Amino acid sequence: MGKILMKGNEAIARAAMLGGLEAFFGYPITPQNEVPEYLSRYLLEEGKVFVQAESEVAAINMVYGAAAAGFRTMTSSSSPGIALKQEGITYLCGSELPCVISSVMRGGPGLGSIQPSQSDYNQATRGGGNGDYHVIVFGPETIQETIDILKEAFDIADYYRNPVMVLVDGLIGQMMESVDLTKPVKKRFLPEKDYAANGTKNHPGERHIINSLYLESNELEHHNLSLKKKYDLATANETRVELINMNDPDYVIVAFGTMARVCRSAIEKLAEKNIRVGMIRPISLWPFPSSVFETMDAPHLKGILCVEMNLGMMLTDVLVANNGRHSVGFFGRAGGVVPDPDEVVDAILHFNERVVK
Amino acid sequence: MEVKYKKTKGLTDSPLSYCPGCTHGIIHKLVAEVLEELGVLGESIVIASVGCSVFSYRFFNCDAVQSAHGRACAVATGIKRNLPDHVVFTYQGDGDLASIGIAETIHAANRGENITVIFVNNAIYGMTGGQMAPTSLIGQKTTTSPMGRMAEVHGSPLHISEIFSQIDRVAYLERVSVFNPRQVRNAKNAIRKAFTYQVEKRGFTMVEVLSSCPVNWGMTPVDSLKWIEEKMVPVFPLKVFKDKGVENNV
Ligand SMILES: Cc1ncc(C[n+]2csc(CCOP(=O)(O)OP(=O)(O)O)c2C)c(N)n1
Ligand code: SF4
Repeated sequence: MGKILMKGNEAIARAAMLGGLEAFFGYPITPQNEVPEYLSRYLLEEGKVFVQAESEVAAINMVYGAAAAGFRTMTSSSSPGIALKQEGITYLCGSELPCVISSVMRGGPGLGSIQPSQSDYNQATRGGGNGDYHVIVFGPETIQETIDILKEAFDIADYYRNPVMVLVDGLIGQMMESVDLTKPVKKRFLPEKDYAANGTKNHPGERHIINSLYLESNELEHHNLSLKKKYDLATANETRVELINMNDPDYVIVAFGTMARVCRSAIEKLAEKNIRVGMIRPISLWPFPSSVFETMDAPHLKGILCVEMNLGMMLTDVLVANNGRHSVGFFGRAGGVVPDPDEVVDAILHFNERVVK
Repeated sequence: MEVKYKKTKGLTDSPLSYCPGCTHGIIHKLVAEVLEELGVLGESIVIASVGCSVFSYRFFNCDAVQSAHGRACAVATGIKRNLPDHVVFTYQGDGDLASIGIAETIHAANRGENITVIFVNNAIYGMTGGQMAPTSLIGQKTTTSPMGRMAEVHGSPLHISEIFSQIDRVAYLERVSVFNPRQVRNAKNAIRKAFTYQVEKRGFTMVEVLSSCPVNWGMTPVDSLKWIEEKMVPVFPLKVFKDKGVENNV
């Protein structure tokens, strides 16, 4: 099949189906409504499960149930809705259940706006659920990359028995691009779901219990350490990053998602001024690609500029990854404003004013 | 030697974690017996809620999923929609179902999810040490209503079965109790009917069971049973609120 024109949110829905989605649960919220709308037609047509839940809390707990029974399941939402899903996310992590969460960010805090934003970087990568847990988070830059990641996301979730979040902003959700749905993605060996609570008649003599309760401290610590092992493995194997123009740069920009698109144009404009700017584009936001900051070979580097559609969230990860080696600056717009390439050019030209003390 | 009575296969050998005299144990036994008698243990999945019955995932001899506080019916929905031929049931207290989980429960009922809800109403939050529940009686002293529940301040006891009886897709709904042997037999019949309807795919079924909490009520087990009969039943009358099987037969 060749390329077709597709809206971001519909591409999320279709790609999830291509990834093997069997059961979707969601609650309406702008700017991601086309995801459930699309699935309410096409997923049901395939005889699979679609439920419009009574709330995001219910939706993520339906996901918990479907995952517990061994099915490939997903929910989709946006900022205030993802806030409500945090309870379910920590339970999924604690009970080691796989699922995919698509998060289409809008401005916040509170009801905020419905304009595109990256102000849920911390919500996605740190989470608001209780306990020691991580969600594997990807922040794609184009609709094509969103599709490719979603097609693989269920495998990754199953492999680690952990939620995987695909984090985009309202711009990617709402725009249209020409995409190829047939691009092959990495396949991995997945063991049988021998934990699924699907009735003992399917596994005689052995009860399957899905649970995150460990009242005894030593037992819970043991569980925490085994989760940690998994997260370390994900850090080693799932970290993804694109390095752009990193041959002896004067400056390096760090940006993800929509912001990285804008920065590409800024980098071209700066090249016309003979300023060599490279870009580290994290694709996985958790695990964050810290190691490229260590191995970066940039003898003439004047500084690293973190650029975000928020007031400085990924900046924390950049500062930690940079570990004091280079001077780090920040430029960001908030509230749903998508910065212009010229603003990024200006930020590089006046880097000294941008340095984070 | 003839065996007159033996433990149901529906329960595991794990010792129950309930306080002495608590009727949670009786309700467990009734549910387990029904599952065994219907021959559905192999396809049953229990959703253990958050409350004293949290460990029910250890007790029922079938697959089990422990859910977040109040979310049992959402979790059950996620399972049942994918496994429509399995028997899926929740076991929830009044804090779990009538307070934090009222939305999940009422919407599962309204969608007619083909699940069974065992709703254990003991008019108190047992596990957390005796706080007021939405079902606590007027005048009932709890650790968060030390002067007794007052309608003007706390609202009146929430009549869950009365509310749910208004929902179209509820197929079976009965309030029972277990304060004497006759009531225990009634309760078992109600539970059997609810699960039978689920197997027959008739829709949402719920059995509300008035239960005791001697520890947090500050009573002996015997006085607790009396309290259910004398104080709770007048407020929460025992009756069949809905029976689609009978309606369909007329
Ligand atoms: C989100 C959340 N809030 C509060 C609690 C604490 N909690 C545990 S059990 C419980 C109430 C249980 O009461 P009920 O459902 O009536 O069951 P019972 O213990 O009486 O059988 C509460 C509030 C929790 N575990 N999770
Ligand atoms: S606290 Fe109350 S409800 Fe809980 S086990 Fe003890 S007696 Fe039963």
